Amino acid sequence: MGRNDARRGKAYWQRELETLPRRDLEALQLGRLQKTVAQVARRTPFYQAKLAAAGVRGRDVRSLHDVRRLPFTTREDLRATYPCGLLGVPREQAIRLHTSSGTTGKPKAILFSARDVDHAATLMARCLVMSGATRGDVLQNMMTYGLFTGALVMHYGAEKVGMLVIPAGPGSTERQIMLMQDFGTTAIHLTPSFALYLADVLEKRGLDPGRDLSLRLAYVGAEPYTEQTRRKIEEALGVAVFNSYGLSEMNGPGVAFECGARGGMHLWEDHFLMEIVDPATGAPVPDGEHGELVLTTLMREAMPILRYRTRDITAIVRGRCSCGRTHRRIERIAGRADDMFIVRGVNIYPQQIERVLMGLPSLGRNYQIVLDGLDEMTVRVELASTGFDGRIEHLVRLQQEASEALRAEILLRPTVDLVPAGTLPVSEGKAQRVVDRRKL
Amino acid sequence: MHRVRLVAVFVEDKLGALARATKVLAEADVNIRWVGIASGERVGVVRFLVDRVPDAQKALAAHGFAVSLNEVLALEVEDRPGGLAHVAAALAGHEVNVLNASGFVVTSGKRAVLIIEVEDVARAQAALKGQHVHFISEEELIRL
Repeated sequence: MGRNDARRGKAYWQRELETLPRRDLEALQLGRLQKTVAQVARRTPFYQAKLAAAGVRGRDVRSLHDVRRLPFTTREDLRATYPCGLLGVPREQAIRLHTSSGTTGKPKAILFSARDVDHAATLMARCLVMSGATRGDVLQNMMTYGLFTGALVMHYGAEKVGMLVIPAGPGSTERQIMLMQDFGTTAIHLTPSFALYLADVLEKRGLDPGRDLSLRLAYVGAEPYTEQTRRKIEEALGVAVFNSYGLSEMNGPGVAFECGARGGMHLWEDHFLMEIVDPATGAPVPDGEHGELVLTTLMREAMPILRYRTRDITAIVRGRCSCGRTHRRIERIAGRADDMFIVRGVNIYPQQIERVLMGLPSLGRNYQIVLDGLDEMTVRVELASTGFDGRIEHLVRLQQEASEALRAEILLRPTVDLVPAGTLPVSEGKAQRVVDRRKL
Repeated sequence: MHRVRLVAVFVEDKLGALARATKVLAEADVNIRWVGIASGERVGVVRFLVDRVPDAQKALAAHGFAVSLNEVLALEVEDRPGGLAHVAAALAGHEVNVLNASGFVVTSGKRAVLIIEVEDVARAQAALKGQHVHFISEEELIRL
């Protein structure tokens, strides 16, 4: 693999596996699925009970379609089996614990065997190489190291590729800049808000990333961001930003990632079996339609999980990708299944609204969606604390712009009510953003 | 350059906010010389001409109001038929875009004040040059 190939995004970390013909890939998936089901049926009392309740035995899985006969696993199941109830190997074989942040009560515990850690790193290495990173690149990892999977999986994957990894962690902007300059950092891993903050500090210090830094790649995650924010980061830091998808329950980052074509994220189907289902009924939806992403681990040793309800809404991107990889792509996550609401027959997620509002700089972060009357939707949003210039024409225009930007995203035009900063109740969870007063 | 500053407050519920804002100003011992409410599609802006701009701004911001300053022009217009027409014709002749305007009489039959907010202050000043229009400064306006 030459460095130039990597820069053009034509390089692979595991060419054969990444470009495996679909038939072979599906055969590989079936074998691994059968093995996974056999393992949990033998070793995990939780799944023994679930399989028995569903009336399914390991040998009933004869084709990939039979995955639909298997029971789902939910977040609640993971909490109920905390800490070690889903272990599929003796406890001594688990060498790493990560947790997924729980908003209330116990977190979800994810245990990794040595092989699982290696696999997570391998998938991350595929993603990094796919984005154009190569041996000799310098990755400054500005994510939090700890129970959160983000920083460590990236760290291990980058080391596998042969990048020089600087485990800087978040914050200390001055030191970050010093390290970037002294070690010629070419890639950064950070949150979108920190990326924008970093760009701001660089500008204030009179530093031009194009001249004073060597950055070319940015892995941005852990918070949702808009395409507009992506372009803003790309411009301000002189980098290419790649969308990625991951969740702690499935190793963390690197489950799905964009290639150079940037037309959706390739999901590594030799490690995860994906389904898109109707979030209400659990029934499969056709390719290209939105639904909840359901993942089954195919290579997980310590903690195999069957049909995990991610609650993330996405759709499979139809067609083959120009990059040559055969692993199917998913669209960027549209929202969380639990938060969905329906207006005039259109499924809408608060996250869609949030992304649009975040893309308009004069608006604040606090918003509320009010459903009223005969299916009328009003988005109440605070003006940014610095967004008021005393001119009512500007407020009216901003309301119209926000309304139009929302229409482009959700396909119906809501009324937008601009309110002064500090007016709306501070929302704890996303679901509370929606106030439904409809009498339908 | 006789620019006059107005203290502008972004409000949601106009009358309720007006009551709260004026109370805040009273407590800060700020005297209001003029007030205007502008309404757009579901948004409102209340603007005050006050004797002590920095104090008003500080007090309102401290009470959570979104505050901004607007620069406007204040003109003295004769309080007689055609007084305003004269000014309006001059502005129109120079294609000055007037965003907001309001007027009040200071001495009946003698003096009236016209407050105008324009997109381009320099253009408005040029338009009114040689038209026997007297620009009133902020200090003058407060003393009226």
